[in-house]
Amino acid sequence: DLDDVGHKYSLELVLEDILDRDTTVNCTAEVLYHLGNKNLAPAVQFTLEGDLKNTDEADNTFYNQIRSLEKELVAENIPDSHGNMPPALEPIHLLGWVASGYVIWQNSTENTHFHPAQIKHVKQVKRSDEYLEFDYMILLHEMVSQ
Amino acid sequence: MWLFLGITFSLGMLIPGNLSWKLRYDGDQVLRVVPETLQQAQHLQHLCSTLLLDLWKPLLPADIRAGEDLQMRVPAPLVQELKASLDQHFIAYKVLIPDVQELVEQSMPGGRSSYRQVPQGYVYTQYHPMKEIYEWMGQIQRSNSELVTLQELGMTVENRTMSYLQISQPSNKPKKIIWMDCGIHAREWISPAFCQWFVKEILQNYKSDPKIRRLLENWDLYILPVLNIDGYIYSWEKDRFWRKNRSPHQHGTCYGTDLNRNFNSSWGSVGVSYNCSSDIFCGSGPESEPETRAVAHFIERKKSDILCYLTIHSYGQYILTPYGSTTTPPSNSEELIHVAEKAAAALMGKYGTRYKVGSTSLLLYSNSGSSRDWAHRIGIPFTYTFELRDTGTHGFALPPDQIQPTCEETMLAVTTIMDYVDQKYFPGGAVKLTSGSLGLSLCLGVVLASTVA
Repeated sequence: DLDDVGHKYSLELVLEDILDRDTTVNCTAEVLYHLGNKNLAPAVQFTLEGDLKNTDEADNTFYNQIRSLEKELVAENIPDSHGNMPPALEPIHLLGWVASGYVIWQNSTENTHFHPAQIKHVKQVKRSDEYLEFDYMILLHEMVSQ
Repeated sequence: MWLFLGITFSLGMLIPGNLSWKLRYDGDQVLRVVPETLQQAQHLQHLCSTLLLDLWKPLLPADIRAGEDLQMRVPAPLVQELKASLDQHFIAYKVLIPDVQELVEQSMPGGRSSYRQVPQGYVYTQYHPMKEIYEWMGQIQRSNSELVTLQELGMTVENRTMSYLQISQPSNKPKKIIWMDCGIHAREWISPAFCQWFVKEILQNYKSDPKIRRLLENWDLYILPVLNIDGYIYSWEKDRFWRKNRSPHQHGTCYGTDLNRNFNSSWGSVGVSYNCSSDIFCGSGPESEPETRAVAHFIERKKSDILCYLTIHSYGQYILTPYGSTTTPPSNSEELIHVAEKAAAALMGKYGTRYKVGSTSLLLYSNSGSSRDWAHRIGIPFTYTFELRDTGTHGFALPPDQIQPTCEETMLAVTTIMDYVDQKYFPGGAVKLTSGSLGLSLCLGVVLASTVA
């Protein structure tokens, strides 16, 4: 409890590779929730014990797959109502989850607990350069306010 | 011994048996037959009895009626003879399954058996819409009429009937009651799935499992598979993440009260919103919702006999004790937590799934007007809220391949609690859990204690 500043938490946690749950990396972090100003995202510092797995190969495969599509990708309800999703859309799903992480961080306070619930809609934005751009509409579930 | 195969035309996940598949059904066919006259019906009764055909519908030859369709599995060696006989009597039939073994192998390599007590073809490892759950309730009652009655509780906002299944062994002995409700929140689909699984397990194993028989000697089980029926239907048809019921407010510009904030327990005090557009809107007053009233009035009437109240939610993996509205613990807090920890240990023993145990207000958040708090406050001693799998990866949209493991592990937790209350209120009965599983609970208790964060 830091007077006039906020609440600081020291954490020890284990990161699990989402694609390979047996691969883990230890992590220590400090999270500071600012007092008063609810519009400021919590400050986060972290160190990893070791390296994260290199994802270049999977990234390149994904990139090339999307580039080779004839039309811009459009998809909705990932996962569907039953919790299922076509394996081909798994990278789109993961990308959406990662992007959600940023939004969740920016909107978190000590009294919130967010999880991504579903990609309602995603569409690829046409670009003239070599970047891929996606426009996501994502539902986030907040535990306390439900 | 007859082994029945369920008729499933969907490639749903069936319950994998741990029996090795010894029986085969190569070339067996399933026919649908419609006897039009009394003579034809009688002839079919004769055929079923003398040829020892496997009658799927109706269950007994005596129930074969003119004008009602009949389904039977015909062993391969009898197919030709049987069809010839049907032809000779001008009885119409249709081949529904041309090769039963092929279908079995398609839908599940290991094979599966379903038992007479369980409606044939009902797939417990899929999520079902309300219409199918209503049908299932009727079938469960009909196929287990010596144990099961279907009782009405009340009506929902949209005028749908709320019913619970009462599992009750006929006896002169006065019994106590265990109540379990599922689906108070529409989007928590794994919850009604668990209630259905639970009923299936109890009825399927009643004859073979002495622990279940002993439990039913002392207890009546009241199971409400879907409390918030309107909301559940809405989550299937319109909005998968709907939570509340469907009561209209503000002249129909805003819908839904959070039923788990609507009970008369410190109503409206904490962890709620007074705004209809919120997902934790507590309603216009305590018990303002017909669904709340239906449950509350019933439980109130029976409260002297109800010693255990369980309410099933998702997600988060918690077994929660009272209260949500205050951090002041209930009088029997220690015992409640002790039993919940045993239950969590039993659950973890199955697949390693970790559940946290504690009071809602300390572990989760503050909330008032919950059904579990209310139940405890009116005097029901053992009240728990379960939050089932997972912890956020899939959240409410838990994939169907997790239905079975979730239900199996949760079953262990719930039966641990039920066994405990049985020993407590009916002491001197048969022994506890086997020493093996007791040892396991102790070991896991140690492991959990040493890894507590």
